[in-house]
Amino acid sequence: MDFHLATIKELRQGLDSKRFSSAELTKYYLDRIKKFNKDLNAFITLTEDLALEQARAADKRIAAGSQEMLTGIPYAAKDLFCTRGVRTTAASKILENFVPPYDSTVVARLRAAGAVLVGKTNLDQFAHGSSTETSYYGPVHNPWDLERNPGGSSGGSAAAVSAGLVPFALATETGGSIRQPASLCGISGWKPTYGRVSRYGVIAMSSSMDTMGTVARSAEDLAITAEAISGFDPKDGTSGKLPVKAWSKNLTRSMKGLRIGVPQEYFVPGIEKDVKEKVSMAIEEIRKLGPKIIEVSLPMTSYGSMVYAIVTPSEISSNLSRYDSIRFGHTTDKANDLYELYAKSRAEGFGDEAKRRIMTGAYALSAGYRDAYYTKAQKVRRLLVNEFHEMFKKVDILLCPSTPNVALKIGKAADDPLFGYIADQLNIPASLAGLAAMGVPCGLGKPDDGAAVSLPIGMQILGPQWGEELVFQVGYAYQQITDWHKQKPVGF
Amino acid sequence: MITQEEVAYIAKLARIELKQEELEKYRIDLNKILGYIEILKTVDTTGVEPLAQVTGLENIFRSDEAEEQGIADDILQNISETSGRFIRVKKVL
Repeated sequence: MDFHLATIKELRQGLDSKRFSSAELTKYYLDRIKKFNKDLNAFITLTEDLALEQARAADKRIAAGSQEMLTGIPYAAKDLFCTRGVRTTAASKILENFVPPYDSTVVARLRAAGAVLVGKTNLDQFAHGSSTETSYYGPVHNPWDLERNPGGSSGGSAAAVSAGLVPFALATETGGSIRQPASLCGISGWKPTYGRVSRYGVIAMSSSMDTMGTVARSAEDLAITAEAISGFDPKDGTSGKLPVKAWSKNLTRSMKGLRIGVPQEYFVPGIEKDVKEKVSMAIEEIRKLGPKIIEVSLPMTSYGSMVYAIVTPSEISSNLSRYDSIRFGHTTDKANDLYELYAKSRAEGFGDEAKRRIMTGAYALSAGYRDAYYTKAQKVRRLLVNEFHEMFKKVDILLCPSTPNVALKIGKAADDPLFGYIADQLNIPASLAGLAAMGVPCGLGKPDDGAAVSLPIGMQILGPQWGEELVFQVGYAYQQITDWHKQKPVGF
Repeated sequence: MITQEEVAYIAKLARIELKQEELEKYRIDLNKILGYIEILKTVDTTGVEPLAQVTGLENIFRSDEAEEQGIADDILQNISETSGRFIRVKKVL
């Protein structure tokens, strides 16, 4: 069996029917990671011993008949999720040697479910970026074209799933960091409703938008992983108490009568020709299933990335103030007093993008500028969120492109302080509103740079807050009539 | 427009030591970012309340009770300078 092409559901059936063991499966993926990671740089840390131990425990559990959906299934975690006893770097120098004394809630839930952690994936440093090029551990390469970036910040997780190194991976999204790399790597990605999944133990970026989701090979696999990690957590005051449903067993739904909006503002000026064409074709495919497709307008869309460019650095400057180099993290050996200890340790430990965002935030929050920047951005955020609320009275779901372009060459992001805000312009509005969202592959196309390569294109499915059930159902319906999610990069 | 002096002041607030050439680099970067968001000022937000978060929740309380986790040694391992079970810090005053 080609494990690397298999879905979680197929692997579950194989494990339960004893066709293979979790130990065999885990060794298979570890071998693939060792073979391909030098090309991709998708992993920062491999957890081989832990993985084999967890796999053996999973096999015992399966033999005893007490398995859950993810028991014995290997996975990778973005290196932003704290893992007890396993180094967690946030792809930074400042946390190069940080070994968390506890698990994030999501990782604890997967541990309890018997899933097998094979390693920690690369990301933009502290998840600040949209190309995985700001990592202290070097850029991730896109499996579809090694000269290109995989998107970001969850670029390591997306590249690992795309190349068949794991069947699914944990990822995080604050404003595009799941949907954008999923799109550029040709896989499916779920950005949960804000509050659906606990943030506890995940290194914070922008606390009013941070969400913890997954990337996988299909909408069905995403639903399986979502059931495992969702739900209220007393350790995260912003997690919601809504019940977690059996989404993966409730995927089939008629599209007839559904009101699907297509917001025109998402077909932005400068969108690549093939992206526009393939997303439009995908919407036509869905139209055949009988929903009502309605052209709609969300005029606040273009302000989204500007609001984000203020709110996010502001929250970052606050969150990253905890890196004092005393309780954890890199410590300078050049300090004479406490001020120097902070200032030199942070200067040595943070990368360029983190410094830029911390300072932007500190400025936006500083006396005399707060009203003009931070408060103004929060007011515009309310207008943008209200616009979505009004829209979801008229439509049930929104469909639009995930990114304006296919994957870009490595180096394009370098030294452009606005790169991320523009790269994620189509993802940010839904993040500001905390919506349930998913990205699905919907075709291959050529980049506007003229290179003779075929690269993945993605479509977003945006639902209202807590709208996971419908988002999964629409993604599943689309993947029943198309096979873009089954396309694989050549050479993997 | 932000000046180099302002960048130096922000960096001090944020506790990040900058080299002289970095002051100019971040001055340019920060001005680019502020230029990018300039258009936000044209949005009419008269009477609009700022929105800080979207959960609809407020004031979630729980009791602040210590739980024995048995991880004190693991926590201490991440600390750069300890003295027994105490954390050593540089002179404050």
